[in-house]
Amino acid sequence: MKWQAAMKRLGLLAGALVLLTACGGGGTTSTVNAATAKSAADVGGISALVTAAKKEGKLNIIATPPDWANYGAIIDGFKAKYGISIDSANPNGSSQDEINAVKQLGKTSRAPDVLDMGKAVTLANTELYAPYKVQTWNDIPDSQKESTGLYVQDYGGYMAIGYDSGKVPAVTSLKDLLGSGFRGKVALNGDPTKANAALNGVMMASIANGGSADDISKGVDFFHQLKLKGNFTPVQATTATVKQGQTPVVFDWDYLSASHGTDVPTWKIFTPSNAILGDYYNAAINKNAPHPAAARLWEEYVFSDVGQNFWLKGLARPVRMAAMQSSGKIDSAAAAKLPPVNGTPVFLTDAQATKAKDYLASHWAQAIG
Amino acid sequence: MRRPLGGGRRLATPQWIAAAPFFLYVGIFLLLPTAIVVGGAFVDSNGLSLSNFASMNQRFVINAFINSVVLSATSAIIGAVFGALLAYAVATGNPNGVFRRLVSSACGVLAQFGGVTLAFAFIATIGGAGFITLWLQQQGMNIYANGVWLYQLRGLVLVYTYFQIPLMVLVFLPALDGIRPQWREATESLGGGTWHYWRYIAGPLLAPAFFGGTLLLFANAFSAYATAAALINQGSIIASLLIANTLTSEVGLANPGIASALALVMVVLVAIVMVLYTVLQRRTSRWLQ
Repeated sequence: MKWQAAMKRLGLLAGALVLLTACGGGGTTSTVNAATAKSAADVGGISALVTAAKKEGKLNIIATPPDWANYGAIIDGFKAKYGISIDSANPNGSSQDEINAVKQLGKTSRAPDVLDMGKAVTLANTELYAPYKVQTWNDIPDSQKESTGLYVQDYGGYMAIGYDSGKVPAVTSLKDLLGSGFRGKVALNGDPTKANAALNGVMMASIANGGSADDISKGVDFFHQLKLKGNFTPVQATTATVKQGQTPVVFDWDYLSASHGTDVPTWKIFTPSNAILGDYYNAAINKNAPHPAAARLWEEYVFSDVGQNFWLKGLARPVRMAAMQSSGKIDSAAAAKLPPVNGTPVFLTDAQATKAKDYLASHWAQAIG
Repeated sequence: MRRPLGGGRRLATPQWIAAAPFFLYVGIFLLLPTAIVVGGAFVDSNGLSLSNFASMNQRFVINAFINSVVLSATSAIIGAVFGALLAYAVATGNPNGVFRRLVSSACGVLAQFGGVTLAFAFIATIGGAGFITLWLQQQGMNIYANGVWLYQLRGLVLVYTYFQIPLMVLVFLPALDGIRPQWREATESLGGGTWHYWRYIAGPLLAPAFFGGTLLLFANAFSAYATAAALINQGSIIASLLIANTLTSEVGLANPGIASALALVMVVLVAIVMVLYTVLQRRTSRWLQ
């Protein structure tokens, strides 16, 4: 009966494993504290939060590409400062992918700790976040944060047209893009029924063509014209397609577009003065975060002067920019490099964003198909 | 002589044990997902409902299905015709020749050459900045003068044909091999010509295999996702892309219930096609094989 002995041994091993995982899951008492902490003070101050986070030793982030708004530097900075390793999942995923991961991975150790999402997705899933107020909470304008700290706008920018001036003529208005020099060259950063950046690209085109934040149809018409002229290319613009030359003209956030300058020195950015469309991303903490202290410490880090200046170096506009300008903590060299914006920016309200996406759902495929 | 070890116990082991891993595999990777899709299709935020199907009665959803069917049918017919011709060329050649070995092993590889790798092969060669595209431009020819058609439905037909033709060769060749030279000789000794042979003997015998193969190609193209996803980023023009979009949209259009309903419609369509395929397959095996 050798196999019985083997089974016994296997059973013991399994039992030991269960014990081990149980220890890993709820062994530390301070994490219980961190999981419900609504501010650093709740865990006994920032240094207690740092200690608890270091004990967890790990942070799961998702859909944060290193070439997006300088995230690479922020991730490295956080790792270097606290010695906490970062697991960056699905870097090119969408905001909805982040939410799907939160739901599917539940309370497992692989679930994302922190989220960074576009507006529509953020608002649709507020029951998944833990409220938390960072130490710099008061610097953030009230219109840019949820009052209990469920989600907070972190960085943003304006919709712009980036183009390789070595490959296409200079762009001075949207109408230029209909010209023959742009055959098969104009791209969006994603499908507007799927990606927030692309939706705003179409919206910007709409505002520039006589539409308004309430009416995206003029933008859809514009892309339909581009398509009829053969100027629209259905390739998703990425750092790679820009570098390779497949997408020499891209509608994208100015801070994302600006990063193409590293690969393509002739890359230029144009923001039409009659259509300045802004948007901010939103930071939130997963309420089931497997590393609750590290998650909160990450938020403290990205909303600190250091973190906010990292975004600024990535040419994104950090949410505390105004406050940091008045306190003199802003990286003024980086601020001076931001693409200039002349005019009054428009920010979509939730109702306007909903209206736009519903219109796109039924009209986009036909316009460019 | 020693009895084989464990020989006495064999009787006690149920025969299905050997097939258990197969059933486990099918259960986890086919039946369970299907059950989830069926279940999800009839549930919305208010519980049990048919609303997911109601929201499918929209122009863009119907168009996606029409596009899927057109794409699958076109690539299946092109694949079937050219695949059958190639298979015929192979079947009439030397059965141990280099040509046959070359074609059948190439087809074995290429029939499975789909997804991102295939899309990349096309993007790198005839994509907007592909090397052939650029070379042709230097010669004064612009294949994309009227828009980059590779990233549209037409482009997908071309790309799908690349794995459809080899697949047709693989499924049609055994049927051609089943045709016996004696039948032709019999036709001739009875005074029939080539026309009679094809019209009354080979044609009717091969037709079920040909149409069965075409249906298989249809189902193959209909369910393909990765190739299209890697090529086409705009508009979710075919059903499989639309499902992906309904699962991942970050602008608030994500709705897993509708995605399940769409998937269920695809499952039903493919099931119909596969039932027809099985019927034709049975007819084929009556004479050939």
